[in-house]
Amino acid sequence: MTWARKHLLDIESLTPDEIVTVLDTARAFKAVGERAIKKVPALRGRTVINLFVEPSTRTRISFELAEQRLSADVINFSAEASSFKKGETLKDTARNLEALNADFIVIRHSASGAPHFLARVLDVHVINAGDGAHEHPTQALLDVFTIREHKGRIAGLNITILGDVLYSRVARSNIWALMKLGAAVTVCGPATLVPKTFEQMGCRVTYDVDEAIRNADIINLLRIQHERQRKTMFPSINEYIQLFGLNKARLAKAKPDALIMHPGPINRGVEIDSDIADSGRSLVLEQVTNGLAVRMAVLFLVNGGKGPQEVAEN
Amino acid sequence: MSSPNVILDAAAIQRVLTRIAHEIAERNENGAEVVLAGIPVGGDHLARRLGKILSEIWSQPVPVGILDVSMHRDDLDQRAAPKIHPTVIPFDVTGKTVVLVDDVLFSGRTTRAAMDALNDFGRPKNIQLAVVIDRGHRELPIKADFVGKNVPTAGNDKIRVRLVENDGVDEVVLERAE
Repeated sequence: MTWARKHLLDIESLTPDEIVTVLDTARAFKAVGERAIKKVPALRGRTVINLFVEPSTRTRISFELAEQRLSADVINFSAEASSFKKGETLKDTARNLEALNADFIVIRHSASGAPHFLARVLDVHVINAGDGAHEHPTQALLDVFTIREHKGRIAGLNITILGDVLYSRVARSNIWALMKLGAAVTVCGPATLVPKTFEQMGCRVTYDVDEAIRNADIINLLRIQHERQRKTMFPSINEYIQLFGLNKARLAKAKPDALIMHPGPINRGVEIDSDIADSGRSLVLEQVTNGLAVRMAVLFLVNGGKGPQEVAEN
Repeated sequence: MSSPNVILDAAAIQRVLTRIAHEIAERNENGAEVVLAGIPVGGDHLARRLGKILSEIWSQPVPVGILDVSMHRDDLDQRAAPKIHPTVIPFDVTGKTVVLVDDVLFSGRTTRAAMDALNDFGRPKNIQLAVVIDRGHRELPIKADFVGKNVPTAGNDKIRVRLVENDGVDEVVLERAE
């Protein structure tokens, strides 16, 4: 049991032990979700503010439900209806929220490093729910949790991340988590979206999709993020589908027990064919269920994170 | 510095569990209504052992579950997050007599958390408490129904209940604070 952190800001700074602690804790919280009464009092009386400066539906809903199942009081704060529109800085907004005696801030922001900034200037627990193209730690943790549930381990597995890697915080967090736990990671996609610099993180870069999935135990598909591309990074969607889309013919060349993941939302017919997305090899909906358990575990662990202490007996 | 002192050895632990099992049987005439719920770490193994003795006394299986209380503790904002163990209650507790099993009864806060956690699984007819060691220093109005041994302690003494399942040896050790 090793967790003394006050925040969850990224995967890069976590130790393998800390990642495993989250995964083990999440397993217990997953069991809570299968009970008739799905709520525990672990965060009773604590206030969580979901500060989503960049739009998000599924991550926000997942965090919100996780917080409610831990009995926390929850406030949602979104960019559209907020004072950011009136010109308030992030720091001032956050200080105002802290002045309400919030205990946790879960932040989604388009600027990389925004959660780290809040952790420096505020006294609350900060959880990164996605910062720019930097990291999305809880997504990586739920992905690793899901892989471990199916394969029983992470070490020694071949994981292929396919798609828009350049703009993907999901890819970065996944690569860190998987490498720390001993998996071999391959990233693949159009050359414009998969720069060679990813080799510096320790993974393999290839532009040949058939080769990338041939030995994969897990194929993690990433969404083409039109909203983050300032210019067109590949000639056309049709060409992307032809060259990189996952279809039956392509999947037939993969290992028979290779499983498919996607952080959502899916562009059906682009990254993935509809029939594969709905097949038994797709873990997409399990990822959603597991995301809830992982986020409960993160909130629970971070709540106790003030440095190691003697554990009270009995 | 502390001086360890074995207060129960393997044979004594076995005798204590046998006696507690008979006391549970004496108190609860209808064995079919009794289920055991052990609190990790320690209580789960003790509950399994008690369940085995009780099923021999009653000549019928006695359901045994594991009840982790870490999500229900009242000190979660004052300490590092505790290690969570799986909770496994593979039976309906509603209308049953649930005997909570723990190794040491101290402040009573674990017992309170256990009763709270149990509520999420149904409404037992009765809740009873069996412990191997009662070391005093209660902070809540809680009292054990079945006690293996009462051990007067100072608040900063330590009681270690070591079980074969966890530690390879059965013994209860009192470490006196200097």
